[in-house]
Order: sequence, then structure tokens, then C-alpha cells
Amino acid sequence: MSTFWSMWIIVITAVTIAGCTWLLFANRKIEASSEETEDGEAPKTGHVYDGIEEYDHPLPGWWFNMYLGTVIFAVVYLVLYPGMGSYAGVLGWTQTGQWQEEVDAAEEKYAPIYAQYASMSVEELIANPEAIKMGRRLFNNNCSVCHGSDGRGSYGFPNLADSNWLYGGSAADIKASITHGRQGAMPAWGAVIGEEGVDNVAEYVFNISGREHDAAKSEKGAQVYTTYCAACHSADGTGMTAIGAPNLTDGVWLYGGSPSLIRHSIRNGRTGNMPAQADKLKAEKIHLLAGYVYNLSKNQ
Amino acid sequence: MSSNVTTAGEAPVYNTRVVKQFALMTVVWGIVGMLVGVILAAELIWPDLNMQLPWFHFGRLRPLHTNAVIFAFGGCALFASVYHVVQRTCHTPLFCNWLAGFTFWGWQAVILSAAITLPLGMTSAKEYAELEWPIDIAITLVWVSFAVVFFGTIVKRTTSHIYVANWFFGAFIIAVAVLHLGNSAAIPVTATKSYSAYAGTIDAMIQWWYGHNAVGFFLTAGFLGMMYYFVPKQAGRPVYSYRLSIVHFWALIAVYIWAGPHHLMYSALPDWAQSLGMVMSLILLAPSWGGMINGMMTLSGAWHKLRYDPTLRFLVVSLSFYGMSTFEGPMMAIKTVNALSHNTDWTIGHVHSGALGWVAMVSIGMLYHLIPVLYKRSQMYSIQLINLHFWLSTIGTVLYIASMWVNGIAQGLMWRAFNTDGTLTYSFAESIEASYPGYYVRLFGGVIFLSGMLIMAYNVWRTVRGDEPKQAASAEVQAA
Repeated sequence: MSTFWSMWIIVITAVTIAGCTWLLFANRKIEASSEETEDGEAPKTGHVYDGIEEYDHPLPGWWFNMYLGTVIFAVVYLVLYPGMGSYAGVLGWTQTGQWQEEVDAAEEKYAPIYAQYASMSVEELIANPEAIKMGRRLFNNNCSVCHGSDGRGSYGFPNLADSNWLYGGSAADIKASITHGRQGAMPAWGAVIGEEGVDNVAEYVFNISGREHDAAKSEKGAQVYTTYCAACHSADGTGMTAIGAPNLTDGVWLYGGSPSLIRHSIRNGRTGNMPAQADKLKAEKIHLLAGYVYNLSKNQ
Repeated sequence: MSSNVTTAGEAPVYNTRVVKQFALMTVVWGIVGMLVGVILAAELIWPDLNMQLPWFHFGRLRPLHTNAVIFAFGGCALFASVYHVVQRTCHTPLFCNWLAGFTFWGWQAVILSAAITLPLGMTSAKEYAELEWPIDIAITLVWVSFAVVFFGTIVKRTTSHIYVANWFFGAFIIAVAVLHLGNSAAIPVTATKSYSAYAGTIDAMIQWWYGHNAVGFFLTAGFLGMMYYFVPKQAGRPVYSYRLSIVHFWALIAVYIWAGPHHLMYSALPDWAQSLGMVMSLILLAPSWGGMINGMMTLSGAWHKLRYDPTLRFLVVSLSFYGMSTFEGPMMAIKTVNALSHNTDWTIGHVHSGALGWVAMVSIGMLYHLIPVLYKRSQMYSIQLINLHFWLSTIGTVLYIASMWVNGIAQGLMWRAFNTDGTLTYSFAESIEASYPGYYVRLFGGVIFLSGMLIMAYNVWRTVRGDEPKQAASAEVQAA
């Protein structure tokens, strides 16, 4: 902040607070007036507006003191804390400083608790009830908004409590998914293969997943599949974990398995985004989370 | 008739037409705005009530509710009382009757366009200033006309002094004009879309400079002006202290304008601005209470009237809620309290103790005083119905505020509860689940308050029609 703006803030703040104080004292008349009228009533201003008159009672004493008290509080506060332009205040308080102090204190208090699990392997963690309990709490704080508090996911958010994995279900794969995130992208094929192509390839997908289908359409769809889909979903439709292309033969449907939703997925594509947690959570916490998620699928 | 009226004799012929228009529309918009509020309270319990239609989505109806209750209901109540009070206390008819008529039709047009554009999703995304730029321009035209009528009437007054109610009205009209022009500055892209002239933290600060002073000048200064006329009128007593009104008026308008940053505690707003917002909010306590004291103490010598005059009860209870929420506000502006209360239902409760308890109840009291005066009836059609309305309003408000206090404090505590390993004890969804009982009570309170408004509509209709009052005007019969 430049000196000019700092002075600007200081001057108008000081003038406002001083002005309020002056206003209070200038109208001070706490003692009851001596000029009471003969019937003991307080004096009036003599103005009458549509029949309304005004007394000129003094300011209530408690109110005067309360007013003054808040002004004194304000002055003291502005000496101790930042407020007057670039003046930092006697205490040197800042909100980022307060935040850092709280984070440091938490770090000091909780780091040893997490450190004891950092050296264990994920496989070892799932045998440790205390570690799983902490993992569940981390999951509820950080993951349950999308994946659900039971980890069973919902439309567009994978179920983590089954043995079906888009990007692999080993402890290392799960940890990599949490740390670096995952970006799933199924391109939109509607414009490429046309509505008839969408319809045919959908029938083929029903076929390979063992569902009721139109044989003639499925046969035509098989050609479309080989040309456009097999590169990712593999020739037999079992998908490819390296790029997160789902297995189409297992009856698990991330974006719904109804015929119209499957056609929608083919026609318009799908985009999935699991955000990377590396910048948000420390490695020790991700380690515990990986243990919890691994445990979800192992002990389903 | 009075010592500072320079022209003696008969009262001037006042313009009651525009006052009647605004008074009746206050009732209509009050019911509409509060009905939308009740629908929103229900949607928070049963989200599917929006029928999966975008026009009924919470995010679109919420600004409709706030605009309807603040600017349609509150606005019409203010227009009605400003036009009524300024003529009578200046002892002169309104300046420029056709322009006053224009403000009525113009304001109704603005309200209607808000009711159409907001559900359609046209919004500048600024809280309490969601209306898009063409409507903002229309508001400016109406508001400038309002200022011309008001100050024109002040200039041609036949009283030597200006009554305190008019100080508040004048401050309210000028400040709202400045706030509206400052905050609504935007770059239009199409007829229905514009982008704010400000960016980032500055935009947030301008927004809350506006937002808090919409509360300070529209909902506080304006309604204090209303209070300063209708309380002494209904009580039949002189105003308690002229010097108190001087001190609290000038302090209130000087300090309120600083309080906006308390909406942005612990944010990207620089520390110095947060601190100034906090200390100025605390200094605001005494000036705010000055109005309450002046209203309450005006009743000294007339307390017995509360036993049989439900209209006066409305006015006095509104002052109690005003005092309570203007104490709560400065407390919530303290950084440590704000760290708990921010983003919780406590804020919603605080707003409604002001909106229902103060703004709505003082407006209702104003209407019960004003309607018989405007239509030259001896009294409202049914005093008993006013009394019933009073209890419905009071109980509805208390249920609303209490449930939101409980919810807000529960949420604030749940969000900051830690396990022994430093993880949060509760997920966000768990705090929502814990809030459901409060949501039901809030809806119930809102329905009760709304039902009171319907009773008022019936009572006003029978009074305007000129039906014989239901019971004798004898005070004893009307005892609660």
C-alpha cells in the first residue's frame, strides 16, 4: 500500500471516530434539565409536526457509556491490530499468520500419529483396525462427497467397494489414482458413426455383455466396434486399465446401463475427473487413504 | 394547530391516492414475497419440490424471494409511509403529483420485470442486486423521481423545522441512490447480460458495501423514519428525546457505511479492511439502539395502551426485534464469533429477526394505522383479527429465529470438531442431516407468519370496502 493510500485510510478513519465522539459529547446533557416545566414534565422542543411533539430528554447515561465504551474499544483495537492503513498493529497479528500458527500446531500434534503408519505397507495397514479407522475418517472428510460415505459411488462416480477397477486395483494403482488423479475421456461418436451406427454398436455392446440384443444390428455394430472402439476397450471388450477404458462385458456401468444411457454415452461421450490429492493431502494421509480404499474392495 | 406552522387554518389537501396505491401493494407483495420464502423453506427439506424445472430451482427463486420482500414489500411500505409522512409533517401537499404517480407505476413495473427475469435465470449474480442492467436503469429513473418528489416537498414545507422522520427518509433515499449506482456499474454484453465493472476482491468489497447498506439504509434508516412517525402517532405521545435523535441519526449514517467488510471476515480482503469493518460494526451498536430507545421511551405514560391496542403492540415488538438484531449484528461482526457463525444458518436467523421481527412488523403496524386514516374509517374492520395477526407474527418469527440459531450454532460447532487424529469429526452431509429438525420448525414458523399476512389482507379488504367495524370501538371489548 502506498503512503498516500495509507494516510487516506488513517485520516478518514480517525476523522470518523473522532467525529462520532465529538457528536456524543456535543450533545451531552446527562443530568435532568433544570428548565422543567411547572408540572414536572420534561421540556419540549416546541416543534409540532402533524400533532407530534418532541421532548428534549437528556441522553440515557448507560447508553452514553455504552457508546463511549465501543469507541474506546475501537481505538484500542486499532492500536493492537492492523486497521490504520499499512500500520501493522502492536501485536503483529495477520490472518495468514494465525492460519500458519494453527497449521503448525496441528502438524506438531498429529504428525507422529501418521508417521507410525508411513513405514507399513498398504497390505499391512488393512490388518490394523486403528489405521483403517483413521483412513475412514480421512475418506469421509475428503472423498465421500463424490464416492459416498459407504464408498459405493453413484452416477459418474466409481464404486470403490467392489473388485471392479477402471485403473487397476492393486495397492500401488489405488495410491497413484489418489495422488495424481485420473482424467477419463470417452470421445463423442455421434457425429462420426451417425445415429444408426450408435444404435448398432449399442446392440453389439449389449451382446458382449450378455444381454438381450438385436442380432442383425449387433453384427453391423461389430464392424463399427472394431474400427472405432476396440483401440481403447480392446478387441474382446474387456477394456484397458492403463487408460481407464471400462470393461464392457462385466455388467458394471458407471454412467448407467439402460439402453438409452448407453446410447447416450456412445453418442455424446463422457468425461470423468478424479482430482489429484497430492497438493491437498500429505503423503502419509494418502497412504492411509489408499489402505482404507484397498480394504473396502478386499473386505467387501 | 402547531407552533411552527407558519400558515394557520385548514390542513392542506394531501395526495392520498399514491399513498393508498403503495399501501395496498405492500399487502399484495408481502404475501407474494413471503409465499416464495415458504416455498424455498420447503425446497430445502424436499428438494424435488422444484419439479426438476429450472424456473423453480432454489437458486432462481431465492433472489426472487429476497427482491420481493425487500424491494417490493419493504419498498412499497417505504414509499407509502414516506409520501404520507412527508406531506403531513411538512404540512404541505406532495411536490409534483404526476411524478409521484410515475414512481408508483415505475416501481410496480420494476417488480414485475424482476418476477419475470429472475426465474428465467437472468441475473447479474450480485446478491440483492441481481437485476440486469436495463432494469437497473429503470430503478434509477424511479429513484431519482422519488428523490425529486420527496425533497421538493421538503423544500416547500410550511413548517420551520424538518421532522426527524424526514431526516431518515432523506438519508435513505440519497444513500440508496449512491449504493445502487456504485454497485450496479457494469458492462452490458447483451440486453439481458452484463458483467460487473469490478473484479475479484474489489468486486466482493463493493458488493458488500452495497449489501450491508441495503440493510443499513433501506431496511434500517428508512424504517426508522417510519417508526418515528407511526409510534408517536399511535401512542399519542411526544417523541422521547430530540437530542437523542440528533446523535443517533448522524452517528448511524456516518458509521453504517463502514460495516460492509464484516461480511468478508477471514477472506482475501486485506486485514486492515476487515478490522475497520469489525470496529465500526461495534461502534454501530449504540447509534442503532438510539432509535430503539427513542421509540420505546415514547411509550412512557402510554404503556397501558398496549393492553388493548394490537397495532401499538406490533410497533413495540418490532422495536424489540430491532434492538435484538442490532445487538446480534455487531456481535457477529467480531472476528472470533464470525469464525463460528459465518456460512451457517445463524446468518439466516439473524437476517430474519431483522426482516420478520423488525421490517415486516413495523410495516404491518404502519398499515394498521394508515389504512383507516387513508380511507377515513374510524378503525380497522376487526381489531380482534389484528390481535390474531400479532400473535401469529410473533410466534412465527420466534420459531424461525430460534430454529436457525440452534441450526447455525450446531453447524458451526460440527464443522470445527476434530478427532484425536486431526481429522474432522463430521462430514458436511452429516451437518445437513443434523439441520433437518430446524428446517421443519423454520418452515412451520414461516407458514404461521404467512397466514397472518393473509388475515391482514382480509381485514384490509373489509376496511377499504367500508364494512361496519366488527365490534364497538370501546377499549375494554378489544382487550386481548
